[in-house]
Amino acid sequence: MGFLAFILGPILASLALGFTRYDIILPAKWVGLENFRDLIADPLFRTSLGNTVYIVLMAVPLGMVVSFLIALLLNQKVRGMAAYRTGYFIPSIVPAVASAALWLYLLQPQWGLVNGFLDLFGIKGPTWLASTTWSKPSIIMLMVWASGGTMIIYLAGLQDIPDTLYEAASIDGASWLRQLVYVTIPLMTPTIFFTLVMGIIGTFQVFSVVFVLTDGMGGPLNSTLVYLIYVYRNAFVFFRMGYASALSLILFLIILVLTLANVRLAGRWVYSEVEME
Amino acid sequence: MATDTRVQPAPAVAAVQPRPLRGRSGLMAVFRHVILLPGVVFFVIPLVFMVSTSLKALRQIALFPPELIPNPVLWANYPEVFHYAPMHLYFVNTLFLVLPAIFGAVFTSSLAAYAFARLRAPGKNAIFIVLLSTMMVPAFVTMIPTYILFAKLRWVGGFKPLVIPYLMGSAFFVFLLRQFFLTIPRELEDAAFIDGSSRLRTFTGIVLPLAKPVLATVTIFAFMASWNEYMGPLIYLSNKKQYVLSLGLQVFTDAYGGEWGLLMAASSMMVAPVILLFFFAQKHFVTGITMSGLKG
Repeated sequence: MGFLAFILGPILASLALGFTRYDIILPAKWVGLENFRDLIADPLFRTSLGNTVYIVLMAVPLGMVVSFLIALLLNQKVRGMAAYRTGYFIPSIVPAVASAALWLYLLQPQWGLVNGFLDLFGIKGPTWLASTTWSKPSIIMLMVWASGGTMIIYLAGLQDIPDTLYEAASIDGASWLRQLVYVTIPLMTPTIFFTLVMGIIGTFQVFSVVFVLTDGMGGPLNSTLVYLIYVYRNAFVFFRMGYASALSLILFLIILVLTLANVRLAGRWVYSEVEME
Repeated sequence: MATDTRVQPAPAVAAVQPRPLRGRSGLMAVFRHVILLPGVVFFVIPLVFMVSTSLKALRQIALFPPELIPNPVLWANYPEVFHYAPMHLYFVNTLFLVLPAIFGAVFTSSLAAYAFARLRAPGKNAIFIVLLSTMMVPAFVTMIPTYILFAKLRWVGGFKPLVIPYLMGSAFFVFLLRQFFLTIPRELEDAAFIDGSSRLRTFTGIVLPLAKPVLATVTIFAFMASWNEYMGPLIYLSNKKQYVLSLGLQVFTDAYGGEWGLLMAASSMMVAPVILLFFFAQKHFVTGITMSGLKG
């Protein structure tokens, strides 16, 4: 019952709060749809949603493709596979705050490692987190770096594919590429689907990393103001609890609709074994 | 566990028939390493330089190309961090969050999970479905109302909001543990009952020892979640003496952003226990992720 008290109650409360004006000190005042009207007119709402969608659209597919390629290579009985797997996985267990601090150093324009590396090829690196163009790609880079968990999930999925299928395919003369397209990828679609759904849900909630990288501001010029930082600022900096609740309801709705859409579309591309779960 | 119910390939068959494409496999192996090696360097090198930079003076950090092994090795950054930020205090405070979270995972969640797996109660399945549905709700949805609740209870500014909810376990852990308990044959427990063992004794004496692997996984999940937890401390803690590592490191980052040696030393101190744990319990990390991933 503890769960009901701490989860179900707050969900309903959140719903109700979205229709109020509340700063914790004065009693909550019912304002109907005012918060939602303000929200439509609020440019920062659009900026933060746009930034978040940008990051989701880039980081989720990129993380999935990179993880899939690595898992594919690691699944082929490579010598030193355990060491490789550990190497690719380890960044994903680094605490968000620490990895943000680390990338702050790596992306430092003058003597950061990233620009030093680019310099080897005669490329003058951008100012990364100080540039409105490159601040979001910086965050996406960090997220891809930390996507080792997805790789592990893919690797486990790949190892579940029976060897006999590949043998049958190679007896039929299927090349490596054809085996990938006609055996591996179809059988991996349920796993890919799972990581897609979880990736979208998780990335819409990006917070800690960006908060640390930008000193809690989502700068420069709001170019990394992600949705949850905006919710945080409204709730805990300006103490506009009602407005912040309305904001989080909208995000919840977006995530819910996207997840349902994903599930609905799954029938078209996700392979399902003829088995009863 | 994750793969138990799946059809395993018959290894004997695979062994008898050698794979075709023998001649090209050597070349392919080299090709794989050509791709994998630079990739893994990209993933690992940042962490190597985190440690390396933590052992450098500012003058050495500005060098290009950067030294992998600092010359000379400067240890002074580590004690100096404590001069600016009481890391030992942050460390103890973090343990104040980590230990109750582990207790909630191992004790509360496993009791609840066992009840869901074995005991009969009216409406049990309905409650279980409600429990599962709370797993689908992202944390930010409940964040504000929970904060208001804790503000009313006058808990804000202390550890209580970061400890008490976690003592009650989590839906995800209950779910994982229940799934595992269901795979334990009932006969084992029935045998214990016939010998006169009570329900609780059977649970602690028979079920829990069998569940050690999944308990290890759940413990690691709980540890990682509370060690890394950032938003909670950010919202609820205001007194510097109560800061946990994540919050302390963030404040340190903002205050001493240019002091890369110090910052990397502080970061290394937060990362080291996680990496250590990973090397001791690698297996449980991996099963944990695949368990939550594949069977969702």
